[in-house]
Amino acid sequence: MKRVISVIVENEHGVLARIVNMFAARGYNITSLTVAPIPNSEFSRMTIMSEGDPKVFEQIVKQLYKLIPVYKVIESDDFIQKEMAMVKFPLKEVKNNLADIDAIAKCYNGKISNVNDKHIVVSVVDRPDRIDNFLKAMSVKYKNLEIVRSGVSVIER
Amino acid sequence: MKMTGARIVIESLIKENVEVVFGYPGGAIMNVYDELYKQDKFKHILAKHEQGAVHMADGYARATGKVGVAMVTSGPGLTNAVTGIATAYTDSIPMVVISGQVPTTAIGTDAFQEVDAVGVTRPITKHNFLVKDVNDLAFIIKEAFYLAKSGRPGPVHIDIPKDVTVAKTTFNYPEKIELKTYKPTYKGNKRAIKRAVEAIKKAKRPVFYIGGGSVLSGASEIIREIVKFTKIPSVETLMARGVLKYDCPYLYGMVGMHGTFSANMAMNDADLIISLGARFDDRVTGKIDEFAKNADIVHIDIDPSQIGKVVETKYPIVGDVKLVLEEMMPLLFDGIDTERYKEWRDILDRYQELYPLKYADSDEVIKPQWVIERTGHLVPENAIITTDVGQHQMWAAQFYPFTYPRQLITSGGLGTMGFGFPAALGAKEGMKERVVINFTGDGSIMMNIQEVLAGYKYNLPVVNIILNNNYLGMVRQWQTMFYEDRLSETDLSDVQPDFVKLAESMGGIGFRVSKKREFEKALKEAIKSKKVAFIDVQVDRREDVLPMVPPNSPLKNMLVFKEDK
Ligand SMILES: Cc1ncc(C[n+]2csc(CCOP(=O)(O)OP(=O)(O)O)c2C)c(N)n1
Ligand SMILES: [Mg+2]
Repeated sequence: MKRVISVIVENEHGVLARIVNMFAARGYNITSLTVAPIPNSEFSRMTIMSEGDPKVFEQIVKQLYKLIPVYKVIESDDFIQKEMAMVKFPLKEVKNNLADIDAIAKCYNGKISNVNDKHIVVSVVDRPDRIDNFLKAMSVKYKNLEIVRSGVSVIER
Repeated sequence: MKMTGARIVIESLIKENVEVVFGYPGGAIMNVYDELYKQDKFKHILAKHEQGAVHMADGYARATGKVGVAMVTSGPGLTNAVTGIATAYTDSIPMVVISGQVPTTAIGTDAFQEVDAVGVTRPITKHNFLVKDVNDLAFIIKEAFYLAKSGRPGPVHIDIPKDVTVAKTTFNYPEKIELKTYKPTYKGNKRAIKRAVEAIKKAKRPVFYIGGGSVLSGASEIIREIVKFTKIPSVETLMARGVLKYDCPYLYGMVGMHGTFSANMAMNDADLIISLGARFDDRVTGKIDEFAKNADIVHIDIDPSQIGKVVETKYPIVGDVKLVLEEMMPLLFDGIDTERYKEWRDILDRYQELYPLKYADSDEVIKPQWVIERTGHLVPENAIITTDVGQHQMWAAQFYPFTYPRQLITSGGLGTMGFGFPAALGAKEGMKERVVINFTGDGSIMMNIQEVLAGYKYNLPVVNIILNNNYLGMVRQWQTMFYEDRLSETDLSDVQPDFVKLAESMGGIGFRVSKKREFEKALKEAIKSKKVAFIDVQVDRREDVLPMVPPNSPLKNMLVFKEDK
């Protein structure tokens, strides 16, 4: 089972390594990880997507709390979840379908971000499962795509 | 007045009332050693190897309950300390380890004697620090001591680059410390405590499963009181030996792989296991799927991550064992029917009669268990016992008459050979008036034997009783039992040192004992000599530690004594 947790940590030397090491040492998966400072505070917020049964998650949360710089671990089934994805299409693949791509991107809060003589780049922002759908649809229709995902960020409702 | 970082380290240690630092100097830590030289508030003990220094600090901490302090240089100094730090970590021992580091300007350049020290110790410390600014130094040292001894204790490592020890700032040692992100829970939740008490009163076959956390929280006295009043059967882990006195009628001995049959059956048959600072280690539970199938669990632990980690826990209580039991006691004593557990005690007494702890004594050869029992009779009741790791360790845990907590000092979690002797030296430093005995093996003692010199120099007379079976005995036992007696690299009979000469060459004293009647005299003389002593006792080579739960078997499938089969 996939789950997202949000971890508020003190900004200090090696804190990211501490968290990541704990996952590695105990054999827990990290599917995605995002981290950035929380403005006007001494904390950063990490969003970690991981996989495992509820018992594993219970341990992950407890082990996170055990790390000294961890201030808070937020678990919720009701996060607003957002992820960004960028897709680079070779221009020759999509030449006649630009309108189509733009329309689909719009359904996923996205748009064509850049066009040059070789590629177009589309960026979308949406829930991770919807991003999955979008990428699947694109991959079926077009060949030789380059895909970058940001990993999920969340906020409580 | 401004002070250098090096001086701040020393002044901070003085503020923490540190009495002794165990260590070894080198380039990156030299400025601190220079300041150490100029003061006389605390002592420094120069080990012969950094591992020795850290085990000494550990033994000191275990014996006294204070924070042990070790100091080493960068690179190889720090890597030599690693086994010592990991040993303390797995047994939750409060310790502060200070290491030198290459200057901040050289970090990351693969400088001479540079290793990523905090990277190396991260998984084996409660917390660690790389000090990048001298202005943070005093606060970090304060925080390190606070973290080491509060909550679930553990070693904390401070890595200090050389330029930080030179830089100057005003020394301001914080009086109090409060950390936003770290607030251990000491007091148990009242409702959870009430529910647990009800469960105990309703249980038919409860058992107190006493672990090392009981020692760390100083709960022995209250546990003794509760057990005496409630008459609830109790078992101890290796780390909890001595929490109850050996002759307590409700103590069924040690639990786990080499525990007693009755203690393991108590766990196996219980309907309620009340864990007091224990952690359901695999050496205790045996095969986990078969563990305590009919029992509900009450788990009291200061570390929430221990609760529910291994077994499903119906009654979790996060808190300090002693404080939780203080809340529990009046509730529990109120209207408890101790006759209720009589039938259960009778069953366990029967198990105890059927398969008591025993060994086949002999007049021809010396049995290792006999040596341990004899020692128990010959030394003062308050003697401190350390051990190394192997068969001798298990026999000491089984047969020594432990009378108080912190009496047994042993590497339980990590099982570090080479721990016993330096730990004994550290314990002696902390408890000068006590007799300190290290039960060791012919394998283990070689791993930190260089510390005889430290014992000599600082006048720390400890007695090493080598239960010499000319084998890496515990491994040999497994080879015999599970590898058709193929003794791959465990026979030490062709490579034995002369322990008497070895001791003498470093200022110690040695005895060789090959007859039972020689032992008493040797032990008395060893203690009287006031020197580091080795008593090389030639014991029955092929003795096995029994009973035994074979690895990954359920507790009830114990191998008992041959003639009992
Ligand atoms: C540092 C270290 N290396 C290896 C081991 C594995 N080991 C466990 S017990 C043992 C044998 C110990 O031999 P000895 O000290 O003679 O004790 P005995 O079992 O013979 O009493 C070994 C090698 C260990 N525990 N620690
Ligand atoms: Mg041996």
